Amino acid sequence: MGASQSAGTEHEFQELADRTGFSLEQIGNLNKRFRQLSNNEETLSREDLASIPALDNNPIRAQIINAFFDKRNLHQNEAGTVQEIGFEEFLMVMSHFRPAAMGITEEERENLRREKLQFLFNMHDTDSDGTITLEEYRRVVEELLSKAGMIGQETAKAIADAAMLEVAGTTRGKMEPDEFYEGITFEHFLQILKTFDIETRMHVRFLNMDTATLRCGKSK
Amino acid sequence: MGLVVEGTALGAPQGSHPEPWVVGSNHSQAGGGHGSSISGIQIVTFKWHHVEAPYLIALWILVAGVSKMVVELNHSLTSVIPESALLICIGWILGGIIYGADKVQTFSLTPTVFFFYLLPQVILDAGYFMPNKLFFSNMGAILVYAVIGTCWNAATVGLSLWGCWLGGAMGDIDIGLLQFLLFGSLIAAVDPVAVIAVFEEVHVNEVLFIMVFGESLLNDGVTVVLFNVFDAFVSLGGAEIDAVEIIKGIISFFVVAFGGSLVGIIFALLISLLTRCTKNIQIIEPGFIFVLGYLSYLTAEMLSLSAILSIVFCGICCQKYINANMDERSVTTVRYVMKVIANGSETIIFVFLGISAIDPAIWVWNTGFILLTLLFIFVFRFIGVFLLTWILNKYRLVPLEFIDQVVMSYGGLRGAVAYGLVAMLDENKFNEKNLMVSTTLIVVYFTVMLQGITMKPLVTWLKVKRAAVTELTLAEKIQNRTFDHMLVAIEDISGQIGHNYMRDKWHNFEERWLCWFLMKPSARKSRDYIFNIFHQLNLKDAISYVKEGERRGSLAFVRNETKADVDFNKKFRANFSEIMPDIMADNMGPDHVPLSSILQDIVPSVCLDMHELDLKMRESEDFNAHHLLQQHLYRGRKQHRHRYSRSHLETNKDENEVQEIFERTMRSRLESFKSAKMGVAPAKKIQTKHQKKDKPQKMPNGNSTDKSKNHPYGDKDFEFSEGDSASGGEAAGGSFPMRAYRAEAGIVNPAFMAEMDPMDNMQQMQQIPHAALLPQTLTSFDP
Repeated sequence: MGASQSAGTEHEFQELADRTGFSLEQIGNLNKRFRQLSNNEETLSREDLASIPALDNNPIRAQIINAFFDKRNLHQNEAGTVQEIGFEEFLMVMSHFRPAAMGITEEERENLRREKLQFLFNMHDTDSDGTITLEEYRRVVEELLSKAGMIGQETAKAIADAAMLEVAGTTRGKMEPDEFYEGITFEHFLQILKTFDIETRMHVRFLNMDTATLRCGKSK
Repeated sequence: MGLVVEGTALGAPQGSHPEPWVVGSNHSQAGGGHGSSISGIQIVTFKWHHVEAPYLIALWILVAGVSKMVVELNHSLTSVIPESALLICIGWILGGIIYGADKVQTFSLTPTVFFFYLLPQVILDAGYFMPNKLFFSNMGAILVYAVIGTCWNAATVGLSLWGCWLGGAMGDIDIGLLQFLLFGSLIAAVDPVAVIAVFEEVHVNEVLFIMVFGESLLNDGVTVVLFNVFDAFVSLGGAEIDAVEIIKGIISFFVVAFGGSLVGIIFALLISLLTRCTKNIQIIEPGFIFVLGYLSYLTAEMLSLSAILSIVFCGICCQKYINANMDERSVTTVRYVMKVIANGSETIIFVFLGISAIDPAIWVWNTGFILLTLLFIFVFRFIGVFLLTWILNKYRLVPLEFIDQVVMSYGGLRGAVAYGLVAMLDENKFNEKNLMVSTTLIVVYFTVMLQGITMKPLVTWLKVKRAAVTELTLAEKIQNRTFDHMLVAIEDISGQIGHNYMRDKWHNFEERWLCWFLMKPSARKSRDYIFNIFHQLNLKDAISYVKEGERRGSLAFVRNETKADVDFNKKFRANFSEIMPDIMADNMGPDHVPLSSILQDIVPSVCLDMHELDLKMRESEDFNAHHLLQQHLYRGRKQHRHRYSRSHLETNKDENEVQEIFERTMRSRLESFKSAKMGVAPAKKIQTKHQKKDKPQKMPNGNSTDKSKNHPYGDKDFEFSEGDSASGGEAAGGSFPMRAYRAEAGIVNPAFMAEMDPMDNMQQMQQIPHAALLPQTLTSFDP
């Protein structure tokens, strides 16, 4: 596939590798996948991602797909989404899932953590205002429980409310009677997920790519 | 294991007492026997031999229990020295007494008793309470340690000892290479009983624990095979061993290990199916679990497969389904009984390990052999673990740290299984059997006592990461779930087959097929993880709500100052017990296992701690919300009808009646509260700063009593809110508002109010769905 474009692509890949931190081999694999998903075009659109059959079972697929097109994840500090992404953007989003390299400093680890948590946060904060409001959280919970079938909307709402309350309780402590809890800010988010081992868990092994899967990942 | 059932009667002393079943054959006492001549009618006779065997068994169980009590008397002692070590010491004392009295050791731990009657329940307990997710995600590593690690240990210890023997370090003993290898294989295995006993005091982090514990359970497959193979080799003699035999040995490993697991899984399926069908006769459900578990052990034993693997997998595979299928009370019964008998067995095992030592007949002291064994198992354990971990870390997502490896090596305890195996050796084939028995005992004592005592200080000194004690908050659980889905999605998008992919596929398969097959239809519906948490939180709320209401003497819905945090047990229990002692005294009925004990186990991330469970059960006994609620529900409605029945424990079960009672009670309280409230200024009752809206959110009284039928709590909250539309909205959220009110005032009302349209609230009040949830949760724990 890439044989004919070897020289030019190699150079690009090297550049990408430096920028995103993936290895050349991983970039090669991901490129193959990108080509396959986008039908050999240069850019990927939402429909391309939505057509992956394996994602059908996933309750939060809409959010995940959005995450790929969210400008905040593409290191552009603006709100909003793009319609299509190129390979580089694809890689940027995927780079959030790289494992922590061995032997990085404490500070780097902390940064990595923040970066990954920011990704998670952005996924929930759909209107890009910097806080996860109750409505957004409710939507998250509803989606999560949507596959469970028997859960009604009311229950999902109640669960979201309860969770929100807990967060408010732990992060704000005792609040005055007329205080208003707007929503979960990123700092609060960090706080409640303090014990969450995100650097090690948010991690997909990009090496083991089964070529058989490459073919059957997309509907034929 | 290919046990040869020895001729000694179960548990009976090994001395030369006559058969207990033959009545009075040796009686010299008048009137004892049928055959001897009697002079007159004896009013009372002393028929010891009549009851000898069962009496002794019961007596020993009692003695073991009392020893445990003695050990627990002094907490400062048990925090330093692990219980198991103290029990062994008591065993020594008892052994000394018996020996002194009888001049021969009449009691000891025979392999039959150990393998058939004491070990299975401990392992079943381990399997049933195994944290499955953790276990299976670390399965690869566990298998590596269990299989390769044990083989390594066996080989190295055996060969090194042989080398030293050749070098003359042990003096003159009649032993050969094969016997050394056999000895190596039985002393190499890490023992599950000892590991539980020591690690339960120490609380290391989950991954570390599951590694050691999983290894100790799974290495039985290897131990059995090695033991049998070398035993056969010794019988054959060295000359007959050729490549064929060795290959057969290797094949037998796979057969034994996988066969044993398969037997366990089959029995797990059986148990799940059975519990699925026991809707009408729930009282016998717990019985099935224990009997089938035991049968899985015996079946594997019968087929010469690995019995421990069988019963472990039986426990592991069936836990989810039986917990879903069985009635809540049966689940509690199974959990509690399992802990009781496992604990009891463990106690007996350690006591008898002590007693068995006080027997000069078995002691052969060979300094070289013993010291070298100790040295080698220690050293080679360390080397083995470090080597394997180094290899494993290349493939693991989360590498095992150095400190964890140290603890893992140090935690390779040998225990009763090794002793049982060595006691099974045939004296005729193994001339040095007594030497090996003595050495094994010394090794066991060394590991259990010395390593047990020093484990805790070592862990603290090395700053090992400890187990997280806090429960996950709801938000964290939601986050966890989101996270898992996200990882799966990314893997799908990037075309990976990863851990998450496999796990997801298995999960889907399981949901579609297995749950349909093995679970009751009603159980299937409420299976979602987050929903379960929520359900349990509702239950907790309901309990605490009633308790709190009672404490305050009325339904004045008072907020407490602490965080919005569901754990009311700890806060209120102390207050409660002193205020209402008589109520609780009344309610100490026969089945007073409180519901709270079930609830306290919401997130048993690693619920391995028999002790802890004990303590929890004990603490929550004072606080019998379950019975308290029952009392309120049933007061004044029906008399208690006590009906003796082997299968029914409760008096009235009519769900509708319960609901009606509850509503009536709530309504009457509401009335009393409302009348009290009328004369009181709003500010006094609730510290919330309410917007004094004049919106006529309050529904007319007629309506509200109507509502109470459907929204018992919702309505109440509505009353409190005084025109606060938000709380009306909360009401639709059922039990949530209770917690909301417990929280800081301001959070609830303004935050969520802003989102809601008052008109929506009205409509939401009309809706039932959530309230339907609530009475259901309450009725679900009527006794």
